[in-house]
Amino acid sequence: MLAKRIIPCLDVDKGRVVKGKKFQNIQDVDDPVALAKRYNEAGADELVFYDITASNEERDIFLDVVEQVAKEIAIPFTVGGGIRTVEDIHQVLRSGADKVSINSAAVTNPQLIKDAALKFGSQCIVLSIDAKEVAPNQWNVFTKGGRYDTGIDAIQWAKQGEELGAGELVINAMDSDGEKDGYNISLTKAIADTVNIPIVASGGAGIKEHFLAVLEQGADAALAASVFHYDEIQIPDLKIYLQENNIIVRRERK
Amino acid sequence: MIAIIDYGAGNIKSLQFALAKLNKESVLTTDPQVIRNASSIILPGVGAFKDAMDAINKIGLSDVIKQEVQAGKPILGICLGMQLFYDKSYEDGDWDGLGLLKGNVSRIKETVKVPHMGWNTITKHNKSLLTLHLPDDFYVYFVHSYAVEELEEATLVGSTEYGGRIPAIVQQGNITGMQFHPEKSGDIGIQLLANYEEMIS
Repeated sequence: MLAKRIIPCLDVDKGRVVKGKKFQNIQDVDDPVALAKRYNEAGADELVFYDITASNEERDIFLDVVEQVAKEIAIPFTVGGGIRTVEDIHQVLRSGADKVSINSAAVTNPQLIKDAALKFGSQCIVLSIDAKEVAPNQWNVFTKGGRYDTGIDAIQWAKQGEELGAGELVINAMDSDGEKDGYNISLTKAIADTVNIPIVASGGAGIKEHFLAVLEQGADAALAASVFHYDEIQIPDLKIYLQENNIIVRRERK
Repeated sequence: MIAIIDYGAGNIKSLQFALAKLNKESVLTTDPQVIRNASSIILPGVGAFKDAMDAINKIGLSDVIKQEVQAGKPILGICLGMQLFYDKSYEDGDWDGLGLLKGNVSRIKETVKVPHMGWNTITKHNKSLLTLHLPDDFYVYFVHSYAVEELEEATLVGSTEYGGRIPAIVQQGNITGMQFHPEKSGDIGIQLLANYEEMIS
């Protein structure tokens, strides 16, 4: 049976993993390669790396991090942040990433998803959606780190992303991101009911029950950052808890 | 020296890193001479079936691969690489593959989410050195939208369940295919690659 995935997310700035709350108050936490190794050993199913600076000068440092991670760990990982062209995608895949996550650039240029899916295959093209609730049960797509309301309906955009050829969706609920009050279940479920590609829930994980709730309600994977970075939740404990609650998870027998 | 056929896009670096962990030297190449001189061939998997076959044909490698395999050289196909071994694929059309193995490639039924993405368990079928030292069922990492059908049962070493049975490990003589990514399947994946290297050495 296909297992539900637990995905630690690492925001990388100038070669370091950082964690901020609601995209602010950024603070240094760790070395990306060391953290990646630790998560791999703990049983993380995948990793996500976001290049949060994504300036041209620092791109090479980031690509070097990607290559080092690929060298050290043998689980899949996704790279996002600053992906604007097919050539950007080519670069990160060649550096050793398995999937590429596209966010704002897809909103400005939906054709990018289509071109990338045709060239590299849908399986490595992830559409990442930052959504905020603008009215009860109405979620809009936001860009520019959550500052700009595009006016686009998030559920419609998810559907369009699937049609354009995205192989997976990351649904980042910006209202709950960094708050540790739980994933946005209604948004995740609404999108899971609309598309037939895997869904990664993101934003809001604080306790183990949050993971259980979203994985029971349509998410194929749950992404989190600080609860893992600060050792508030141990991945092996989380997986035992999920398994006890009838969620299929991968636990390697040693 | 292992020749990894580099027919274009995608992440093949991870495969090289995994082989390096086993102290196996590999080279990314499209040079027929390098492929002829190699001890074994790996056909990795990325992108679309038609694009991959077009790329392989365009650089004139189709015949080289077939000749080397017929002469007994071991070849490992990973993900799309495995699918290319078969007669035909129905991925957005009707395309001829390398025809090294009997069977076809079709889209996974839409009763489940497509692509099939994530860790799934392997059930063992025919005995093979490939699955030696591995538990009765074990997790490996899949990411694909198409799967092999109508294969010869005698070639099936391992399968997984996802909207039906999906052939996951196949083997016929010097030809081996893995539908998942052993280079991305943690310690188990490295063990599978080690078993494969041991089997062909």
